[in-house]
Order: sequence, then structure tokens, then C-alpha cells
Amino acid sequence: MSFDAQILLDVSAVHLKMRGRDILSDVHLRISSGEIVTLIGPNGAGKTTLLRIVLGLLSCDSGHLYQRAGLRIGYMPQRLQVDQTFPLSVQRFLGLGARVTTHEARGALEEVGGARLLDSPVHALSGGELQRVLLARALLRRPDLLVLDEPVQGVDVHGQAELYELITRIRDLRGCGVLMVSHDLHLVMASTDRVVCLNHHICCTGAPEVVTLAPEFVELFGPVVGHNLAIYTHNLAHRHLDDAGRTKEI
Amino acid sequence: MDDFLLRALMGGFGVALIAGPFGSFIVWRRLAYFGDTLAHSAFLGITLGFLLEINLTLGVLLVCQLLAVLLFFGQRQRQLGSDTLLGIFSHGSLSLGLVCLAFMDDVRVDLFSYLFGDVLAMGRIDLYWIYGGGLVALSGLLWLWRPLLAICIHEDLARVEGVAVDRVNLGFLALVALAVAIMMKVAGLLLVTSLLIIPAATARRFAPTPEIMALLASLIGCLCVVGGLWGSWQWDTPAGPSIVLCATLLFLLSILMPRRRSA
Repeated sequence: MSFDAQILLDVSAVHLKMRGRDILSDVHLRISSGEIVTLIGPNGAGKTTLLRIVLGLLSCDSGHLYQRAGLRIGYMPQRLQVDQTFPLSVQRFLGLGARVTTHEARGALEEVGGARLLDSPVHALSGGELQRVLLARALLRRPDLLVLDEPVQGVDVHGQAELYELITRIRDLRGCGVLMVSHDLHLVMASTDRVVCLNHHICCTGAPEVVTLAPEFVELFGPVVGHNLAIYTHNLAHRHLDDAGRTKEI
Repeated sequence: MDDFLLRALMGGFGVALIAGPFGSFIVWRRLAYFGDTLAHSAFLGITLGFLLEINLTLGVLLVCQLLAVLLFFGQRQRQLGSDTLLGIFSHGSLSLGLVCLAFMDDVRVDLFSYLFGDVLAMGRIDLYWIYGGGLVALSGLLWLWRPLLAICIHEDLARVEGVAVDRVNLGFLALVALAVAIMMKVAGLLLVTSLLIIPAATARRFAPTPEIMALLASLIGCLCVVGGLWGSWQWDTPAGPSIVLCATLLFLLSILMPRRRSA
């Protein structure tokens, strides 16, 4: 099989059964450089499972997995709980993934809008701050592909829109591919090139404007949601992001 | 100072130095019950020592290592929760050890000294074990330090970032088993875990980094050894429990102290 160099990852005909139930059947997924692909689907649809297969954390029963040779993946897990008993500063945390200098660590934090967090203890970060720090750690690996599992979890709606914008900006700047999981619909649509709607199998896939009109999508998320879905474009004019990555009203 | 007291102090210090870094990881990774399980298998090791006519610490070490490997593989199954599994191994091996000892007619062991330690009977060979084994255990831990920290934070993230998680975990469990086996002389199988976790828990409040916490835990452990042995000398109390009691008092004291800036 030959692939052009733009293709970072190609997963085809993936099947996985767990305790006799089909978790994934005949799933195909391809991600190219500079492309943001969002996996959406209801809870328990197998989104995180598919991500784990892509990451090599889980093996599937059958299917083909292709990764471009030397592919560097930056991974942002869904939930990270640093115990109170663990005294760890953000700088040390960033250095656990790849050995980095203070300068590099600060640079990555600046890129995600969290430069002031460098010396904070990790367990004291707010939800949005932690997501930014996790993103910075993924970026420090100079990834070709970012894999983000529910990157806006535990963040308020405005913060969510800002995080999605940040992800788009990172993609524009670095030209890396992005694969993310999300189960909110409105916010993610504006900052994604392709949506893959998953419910154990791939229901539909395509550009967000197209997918939201697909009957499979409407069936899965209900006609009301499908009908009212407006692509949310966030307006930053009335809000300000300070150095710590916290948002505040002006 | 009497010779035996000097040896007790030396042994105690050695054990406290080992306990600090290992105890910190046990606190971070919530492995206290795991440490208990290893310690409870000690009787089985002692039986093995008598049977094979080898050094008893070596017997304990062999059984602890075997158990560490069993637990490593046991925890990969999903049928039972890991606390249940640990409970089965812990009490199963403790009972098996006691029953085996009872069958050995010509062997009379002082249960109390194995349960709570016998630091005042510290011999030259014991000191060799503590310092030789301790050097091995701590060097190994130092070698695994960075990947272990990464695993503590998030196992999958570490795996994606290229850490050989399974190998590091197995290595770590083997090192803990070694540490537990050589700490037995001071604290006994019932108190080993407390010597691991109490100084580490005390150190936590004053440590801004993992490394400082580990070193501080070692120092606090040494302090407890001095305090415990002094108390034992003063009031003729059992030495092992006195050391642990001293650690507990220090921990309580640390809670009452005003908090430094949050770290």
C-alpha cells in the first residue's frame, strides 16, 4: 500500500468486540497534515476506544493501521487528576513528556496563552488552565499529529470556544493534523474541517455543514438539535484573555 | 553508647533512608495496601528460609519478589478489583506462612519480633543487608525515577510519549519488594508500610518538588528512628512500635503547623 506523504494516519476496516458486543465495526479514518478531524457521537459510541486504537494503546480484533513513518503524536488525555499529595509544578510537568528547557516550556505555555502558569502547582490549576497546560505538553513534542480527547472538558462555554480557536490557530501555525473527540456539537463545528459521526460504526462523515444535514446525523442527535444547529462563531471583542489564560469580562 | 544501640541506630537510619523515596511513590500511587501485602507474605519467606537453611532475609526477599511478579500479572485481569486481589494475596500468604511455621516442629520463632520488628537485635549481617540491599534498591529507583513520575501522572500519556510502562512498573514493584524485605528487621511485617507512608505523608506539606519530598521523608524517618529508640530506651517500650508512634506524632504535629505557601 502506498500513501502520499500528506497522510499522517489511516485506519481502515477496524473491528473490535468487547464482552460479545460490537464496540467498533468497519471503521475507517484518515487524517492528513493540516486537517482538523472531529469525532462526534453519543456517550459510549466508541469514540475514546477508537482514539486508543489510533494511539496504539489498544489493539483491535481486525483492521489495518497505517502511520506515516516517524510520525510524532502529541496526546492530550481526557482527564488528568494530579493528586494533592504530588508536589509538581507546571514546569516539571511539561518536562516529563520530553526533556525541555525553561525557555521551551515558557514558549509552549505562551503559545497556549498560559505563560503565567509556569511555576504553579499542577493540582491547583482550574479546568481551563489544566487543558492549556496539557496542550502545551503535547506541543512540546513537536507533533505532526495532535490527538485530543475531549479537549474542552470541564471548561465553561466561553472558555470552550476560546480553546477551539486556539486549536485552530495552532493548526494554522504549525500545519499539524488534529484528531479530536467531542460530544458537544455547536462549538466544535466552527473549528473543524471534517466531522466523523460515530456510533459503533461510522454514521456519516464530511464537512460540518454537510454532516449536520445528513439524515443519519439528525437521527442520532435528534431533529431538534439538527434543526437548530447554528455554526457558532465566537466573537472575542467583548472579552479579554489575560496572560494566565483566565478569561475575564471587561 | 552500647554496641547494640549503635547498630540499631545504624540499621534504623538505613531503613529510613530507603523508606523516604519509596514511601513517596507509595503515597503518590496509592500503593499502601500493596506494601502491606508484600509485608504479610514475610512468614512464608521465613519458613522458606528455615526449610532451605538460608538467611531468613533472603527467604523473605525471594517470596516478596515472587509475590510482586504475581501481583503484577494479577492486576492485569479485570475480573476482580485490585484491592480484592491484594486482600486475597495478603491474608492468604500470611495464613499460609503461619500454618507452615506451625508444621515445623523443631522451629520456634518469636512471633512478636517478626510482627513488630526487632531493631535492638540488629546484627552485623542485618546491617549488610540494609546497606547493600538499600544501595541496590535506591540506585534502581533513581534509574526509573523520571519514567515513574510520568506514569504517576498519567499512564496512557506516558505510554504514548514512549515510556515502557509495563517494564517500568514491573521493575518498580520488584524494587518495592526488595525495600520491604530489608525493612522487615526494623519494623516487622505489620509496621513496614507505616514506616514507608507516614514520613512521606508528613513531608508532603513542606515539599515543593517530588525530589525534596523524597529526601525530606528520609530525614523525617531518621528523626523518628532517633525519637523511637530514645523512647524505647527511656521507658523500656518495644522499639519498632516506638519508632512508628514517633512518626505518627510527628505527622500530627505537622498538621497543626501553619501551612506554607501552597505548592
